[in-house]
Amino acid sequence: MDFPAVLRVAVRALARNKMRTILTMLGIIIGVGAVICTVAIGEGASHQIQESLRNLGDNLVFVAAGSVNQHGVHMGSSATKTLTAGDATAILQQVPLITRVSPGVMASAQVVYGNQNWFTHIRGVGPSYLEIRHWPIQEGSSFTQHDVDSSADVCLVGLTVVQNLFGDEDPLGKIIRVQNLPFRVVGVLVSKGQSPFGQDEDDTIIMPYTTVQKKIAGISWLNFITTSASSQESIRPAELQIASLIRERHHLRPDEDDDFIIRSPTDLAETQAQSGRIMTLLLASIASVSLLVGGIGIMNIMLVSVTERTREIGVRMAVGATERDVQMQFLSEAFVLSLLGGAVGVLGGVAGSLAVSSMLSWPTRVPIEAIGVAVLFSAGVGIFFGYLPARKAAHLDPIEALRYE
Amino acid sequence: MAEELLQSQPETENQPLASAAIIQVENLHKTYDLGEIQVHALRGVSLSVNRGEFVAIMGASGSGKSTFMNLAGCLDRPTRGRYLLDGQDVSKLSNRKLAGIRNRKIGFVFQGFNLLARTTALENVELPLVYSGVSHQDRVERAREALRSVGLEGREAHHPAQLSGGQQQRVAVARALVNHPAIILADEPTGNLDSRTSVEIMEVFQRLNGERHITILLVTHEPDIARYAQRVITFRDGKVRRDMLVEDRLDAAREFENLPAMETDDEDEENS
Repeated sequence: MDFPAVLRVAVRALARNKMRTILTMLGIIIGVGAVICTVAIGEGASHQIQESLRNLGDNLVFVAAGSVNQHGVHMGSSATKTLTAGDATAILQQVPLITRVSPGVMASAQVVYGNQNWFTHIRGVGPSYLEIRHWPIQEGSSFTQHDVDSSADVCLVGLTVVQNLFGDEDPLGKIIRVQNLPFRVVGVLVSKGQSPFGQDEDDTIIMPYTTVQKKIAGISWLNFITTSASSQESIRPAELQIASLIRERHHLRPDEDDDFIIRSPTDLAETQAQSGRIMTLLLASIASVSLLVGGIGIMNIMLVSVTERTREIGVRMAVGATERDVQMQFLSEAFVLSLLGGAVGVLGGVAGSLAVSSMLSWPTRVPIEAIGVAVLFSAGVGIFFGYLPARKAAHLDPIEALRYE
Repeated sequence: MAEELLQSQPETENQPLASAAIIQVENLHKTYDLGEIQVHALRGVSLSVNRGEFVAIMGASGSGKSTFMNLAGCLDRPTRGRYLLDGQDVSKLSNRKLAGIRNRKIGFVFQGFNLLARTTALENVELPLVYSGVSHQDRVERAREALRSVGLEGREAHHPAQLSGGQQQRVAVARALVNHPAIILADEPTGNLDSRTSVEIMEVFQRLNGERHITILLVTHEPDIARYAQRVITFRDGKVRRDMLVEDRLDAAREFENLPAMETDDEDEENS
């Protein structure tokens, strides 16, 4: 008998006893459904982390002025005054793995417009900052290198600031006051929502870094440099190159600590995603136990079925079925049973994860590979647990089988 | 090589016989080893059945007739002795080969019909063809033809539960016929049927035997049924005790006409 014929016979045999078939499949359906559901929830979570990673910036490498050990006292980050715009330029010129660089200065200040005021973060950056952060302008335009060179009194505002200062008014072209100095709003930033670390990214004002240095913070150094590496893989080597470049520029002796900190938030978030993945794996393996139970259920029913159909087996053998034919028949019944159960389970799992995401508003995502693995695995379960009953059927003595009541 | 020579010698000797004899059994022994005791079910049976014969096998239970039928049907192998079926020595074949022989050379009809439940008559008849690798289209065609030859045209889609006992047995006969076997082995085919339906089934057998020259081996313990055959072989204590031709052979078609009309479950009597 060829394989399609064997499958047809198996399907027909299963169709003859629909209730039992469905009940047998139930174990596999629930098992596969549970696995798909947990994987979907886990994948959804790690997908969300990755999404916010991308939101954070393009292969971001972040250099902060920081922690220097001065006479045994650790200064906090941004406490050093050694990081300069020259360092930023040097990174861009001498580290080929870095494609974009933006100097950065931080300040916090009360911002006033008309009779409204709002306390917010002010970021002084270079023109390429918004590119590095994937942060488009919603309205108006960004400032230019010329604005940086001339320390122009221009700013970009985040949406939270817009809401609190302007209400329904169009902020474009309006003058806001920071420390009694006027700044013209030239652009409104697109909403970026929360950062992966829970801060409201839209609660900010962005200005040329020279403007912040001279007019707001009154400093000549930088607090940070934001850079973008050419690829995910080049982040790590870029970090090392930047470190040695800045050490050299800062004339640090080998025994001295760095007076800066290099971080790539990608790493941090990657760690988060990793732990999420481990959690998913754990849950999925718990769920797959039910798949195992489903497989045992199949074996159980198939054993009963072999006993119940002893006469049928006898008849088939009498009319010329070989032991192999009989074994293949029962094996393929188990196979079809579990494959079908797996398919229904996948549908159930997808439906379940959709329900989870709509009712609990958790992000879920069903990976295609998980569907493939689940279906293959359930088919494997069928063959594994179908083997014993099939062997039992094949080894029946036709004479005994024909006489069986 | 030596073994082959030894085996082939009697075969060449019997060559003229083999062409006429479809079943040739020589000194057949079957011993069941039940641990402590050994049961000698057959103790040296030798007989031959010619092509186109209709033979009844009789004997009390324990006479060895069932064992003989199992061996004749290639469901089992003899402990000793030789069995030539259609000229081929089948006494030492593997299970796999025996299954092939059963498929192509033997058609079984059982007392309990042994049709697959919840399966149409047509599919039941197709079953042997499924295992001989016949294409679906040919299967359906041949199964239809076999059902027609037992007078069940129009019942192809019926399930066994929707058919009377006689009709079910005729489906079984069609299944036995469908692969054009060398012999049909019928094990108490009328055992579960009333006398009227029994005659009906015997009519089918006699017709197949008469018109198509199909060899039939019929096990029965009813002397009346044995009288429809041409020859009766009686077993006793694992040996052939009597082997004789039937003198007053019954013609089932005529017997059937003589039977008093009965309200049977069949309304398609005209077909048979």
